[in-house]
Amino acid sequence: MTPRPIETVPPPARLAWRHRLAERGIDRHLALLVPAMACVLALFVYPFAYGIGLSFQPEQGGVFGAYRAFFADAYQRDTLGTTLGLALPAALLNVAASVPIAYRMRGRFRGKRLLTTILVVPITLGTVLTAEGLLNYLGPAGWFNRALTSLGLIDAPLRLTNNYTGVFLSLVITGFPFAFLLILSYLSGIDPTLERAAATLGARPWQRFRRITLPLLAPGLATTFCLTFVLAFSVFPSAILVGDPAGETRVISIAAYHAAWEVYDYPLGSAIAVIMGVAELVVVGVVLGLRSLLYTGSTGGKG
Amino acid sequence: MGRRRIVATPGAWLIWGAVTFFLVNLAGVIGAVLVNSVGSRWFDTWLPEEWTTRWYATAWTDFGLFQVLIVTLEVAVLVVSISVLVGVPASYVLARRSFPGHRLVYLLFLLPILMPPITYGIPLATVLYKFGFAGHLSGVVLANLVPSIPFVILTMTPFIEQIDPAVERAARMCGARTWQIFARILAPLLIPGILAASILVLVRTVGMFELTFLTAGPDSQTLVVALYYSMSAAGIRAQQSVDAMAVIYTATMLVLLVTALRFVNPTQLVARVREEPD
Amino acid sequence: MSDFAELRLDGVRRRFGGRDALAGLSLTIRRGEFIALLGPSGCGKSTALNCLAGLLPLSEGSIWQDDARLDTLPPERRGFGMVFQNYALFPHLSVRKNIAFGLQMRRLPRDEVRRRTDEAIRLVRLEEHARKLPGQLSGGQQQRVAIARAVVLEPSLVLMDEPLSNLDAKLRLEMRTEIRRLHQTLGLTTVYVTHDQEEALSLADRLVVLRDGHVEQIGTPQELHNRPVNRHVADFMGYRNLLPMTVTAVDGERVTVGNGAGISLSGIAVGAPAEGDAVIAGIRPEDLHVGTAGLPATVEVVEYQGRELAVEARTADGVVLHLRAVTRPEPGDTITVTAAPDRVLVFPDGTS
Repeated sequence: MTPRPIETVPPPARLAWRHRLAERGIDRHLALLVPAMACVLALFVYPFAYGIGLSFQPEQGGVFGAYRAFFADAYQRDTLGTTLGLALPAALLNVAASVPIAYRMRGRFRGKRLLTTILVVPITLGTVLTAEGLLNYLGPAGWFNRALTSLGLIDAPLRLTNNYTGVFLSLVITGFPFAFLLILSYLSGIDPTLERAAATLGARPWQRFRRITLPLLAPGLATTFCLTFVLAFSVFPSAILVGDPAGETRVISIAAYHAAWEVYDYPLGSAIAVIMGVAELVVVGVVLGLRSLLYTGSTGGKG
Repeated sequence: MGRRRIVATPGAWLIWGAVTFFLVNLAGVIGAVLVNSVGSRWFDTWLPEEWTTRWYATAWTDFGLFQVLIVTLEVAVLVVSISVLVGVPASYVLARRSFPGHRLVYLLFLLPILMPPITYGIPLATVLYKFGFAGHLSGVVLANLVPSIPFVILTMTPFIEQIDPAVERAARMCGARTWQIFARILAPLLIPGILAASILVLVRTVGMFELTFLTAGPDSQTLVVALYYSMSAAGIRAQQSVDAMAVIYTATMLVLLVTALRFVNPTQLVARVREEPD
Repeated sequence: MSDFAELRLDGVRRRFGGRDALAGLSLTIRRGEFIALLGPSGCGKSTALNCLAGLLPLSEGSIWQDDARLDTLPPERRGFGMVFQNYALFPHLSVRKNIAFGLQMRRLPRDEVRRRTDEAIRLVRLEEHARKLPGQLSGGQQQRVAIARAVVLEPSLVLMDEPLSNLDAKLRLEMRTEIRRLHQTLGLTTVYVTHDQEEALSLADRLVVLRDGHVEQIGTPQELHNRPVNRHVADFMGYRNLLPMTVTAVDGERVTVGNGAGISLSGIAVGAPAEGDAVIAGIRPEDLHVGTAGLPATVEVVEYQGRELAVEARTADGVVLHLRAVTRPEPGDTITVTAAPDRVLVFPDGTS
């Protein structure tokens, strides 16, 4: 079978271009991405850029007037510290408490599905309902104080609402289940035979946790901390409802809302929103930066 | 050796104790609302002295709950359908293709989930007011799309990844065109994922306070925003009728939740943030 | 569609990130032929198959079916059938619907779809399982569905991508016979990718051996088995003993080689070596025997392999030899090894 003369017809130029783009993964399938991109650009990126632009155009004080106004006014400036003072301890507590509990419950046991289901409840109920419940439950005549009094632990009711404690507890009620479920799913992604292997090599339970499981879990912990922190950092309704919105729980979202929607100072409102976003991203960035130092490969499990 | 240990270690006691304490207080928080909504004359006792259902009737008429529920339903249905229609194709491309800027696009979709709603809600509401959307149903829907579309994308990604790409290639080798692959192969295989994503977006939209609060007008309040307004205006209405409304909200959410749990794993309700693909 | 004389690949080339995954494959496939693409993983054989299928665009070259150019067509319009390594069955469709899928895509009349699907199901002997979902079938059954799905279209070319590699050893042998039987009954032109030389030798009419994207040799099973063109093909074809040597004497095709430390062999030259050239002597383990006169070596490892024993032995100067023995030597025994001269191949010592 003699080979025919090779017909060296070069493909048309248009085809060649398309060909080369397809090599790099660009073809008409990418059009499927367009609607979602358009939505995010129009509803997230554009407003954000618009807000940043607005924050540099205050009615007075020059380009940085709105930012200067925020940082010069102690009443405004302190909201940043207040927010961090609530969000960081709450996120830390939620993650720290979740680790031992999730570790203990990582295996199978009866009622696990029920327990996880119950823990989903406060997350789905959201902060508004939790606030309402906390007001009733922790109030001076609520069941909690009543129980402590009848046990003889306290004489006068504890003041647990309309202050820092109330907001903190509301953050724990919604944040702890969130952290717990996430960590539980990270833990079940770690191959259990790794610990058994460590046991055959003579590691005791604490050593197995400390030397094998914890290092594999650490990146997940960092991610969980970030997500819990974001939840706590954006505390808004509960800070107003169970907190003391004019005083010790005047968080930064209240300040932003107040500036934009009650005083109608949009530049200041936008500036505070930007500061809030930056502060949040700084914390998340630091945590994720530390996380990148950790081992983040396969954990050998189904995760 | 031999028999299993029945006596738990002190650590186990401590942990189960902590969990029990948390659950008891959680029950207290929800129970307090529930009991208050069906009681009257509850002052310095464990339980109210009288039981009644009249607060529900009061709440229903006083807060115009029928209208509120209709609005909530409209918002939820619109947000779910739009975000699924827009999000599923995008998540297909992100899960299957690599192209220049893939990571950037992925990050862009991740950001709205990572940012507190208030931070982008305020500028978003400003823009929506500027264009006349805010204060109406359309504004509420648009604002809620911001976290919902990325959420659909992130939820769908693992569902798409678990479909073997060879299956699509096999369909192609059998002569199927792209749209036929979508309609006959991918869509049926993705139905569980789409259901899960829809139900999760539904739960989140009904529970979403901040964005709806910032963009809703008097006629476009969802249940959770109406509840907030009635709470912060405490003193005007009886506390019990606010609680009755809270119970209605809780019941709605629980119905959604029970439905959701038939389709998804509890951890999915919490978050779906995957490690960025390398 | 399937009425054609030959399929031609002209300098088919595929680059990935500046590297050639497949560098210029030219091959003419006659109708009804069974071609095996053979090579270690990463040699470009799967790339070649995907290029042929249309699942990967070509960087250069063209593919022709007689006078029709195929490489510009999308996969769904080439009219080829493909069997995937992991079967790629549609998990939500029953066996019958999987097989009927391609016929439905062609919008054939309902009666014809049913008739041809029934026929294909019968052909792969899955009548009892027609209504099951793929997940309810064993690996071998799934593979039969995948084959039926590909052949039911009576494609001009069937592509098979390592179809047996996910099966256990026994099933693999059965399916091998099955595939051969189907090819004999249907006479479908087939391109079959594998890394298993035994599989390729037993199935194919012609083999294409690939390495690093380049074609090393194209030939019939006999040609490849008896006359590999270079040491790499030899290595792949089971010449486990590849001994570096120097040519000491040349007599036409016959050469004598030695390693300067006592080993001396005579064999058949591949190429035209001159005296003093560095060469590689290739010998299959089954062509090395324990004899009375020959090379002394110390037995190190003995493996039982049914009728024979596989022995690994080391000569005094440290060369490791693989051979077969009928009676069991013990590790540490000293044996003498002989090779049949017409079974020794001498290759140029191309370092590439």
